[in-house]
Amino acid sequence: MAEFLVGAAAFILAMVALGLLRILRGPGDADRIMAAQLLGTGGIAAVLLLGTANAERATLDVALTLALLAAFAAFAFVKAKLAQTPGESRTADGP
Amino acid sequence: MNLFLDLWTVVAVVAGAFFFFAGTVGLLRFPDSLTRLHALTKADTLGLGLVVLGLLPQMDSVSAGLKLMCIWLLLLLSGATAAQWIARTLRQGNPGP
Repeated sequence: MAEFLVGAAAFILAMVALGLLRILRGPGDADRIMAAQLLGTGGIAAVLLLGTANAERATLDVALTLALLAAFAAFAFVKAKLAQTPGESRTADGP
Repeated sequence: MNLFLDLWTVVAVVAGAFFFFAGTVGLLRFPDSLTRLHALTKADTLGLGLVVLGLLPQMDSVSAGLKLMCIWLLLLLSGATAAQWIARTLRQGNPGP
């Protein structure tokens, strides 16, 4: 079972690495932050798989922290992006 | 019983890995930012959910399983919210139809 889990983690990490090509190609900032989000989600999945393969309990806490950081990264991006456009107020609520 | 649980893990993790693959293909191949956002956020959340479901039977205690579920719940909430907000930054320059 451990070999299978490590293999699955390697596959997911390879997919994340491919997805990072989107950071190179752009074209917009939003596309780049999406690739970073993919890195967050895929990283959590890989950490969980590797931690289970090695029966290492502490990796659960690492994954929890990664999940929190991925969320903060996206929200910081959105806040900066909405703040720099004069037309729209930052706290405007949508339709 | 053990064999059944291991089989469950293999099936769910393979399905999760497939959805990660689908998310990456969508992120690289779809033509504009909104469709890429759609492909990425849905496929990724589902992929992680399936991986978590697959790993649940391998956990050695109930608290570890609960923590695993917490990670998934946190990612579900933050992923869905972040996707809406990113779409909003995409729409603000160009109100669309």
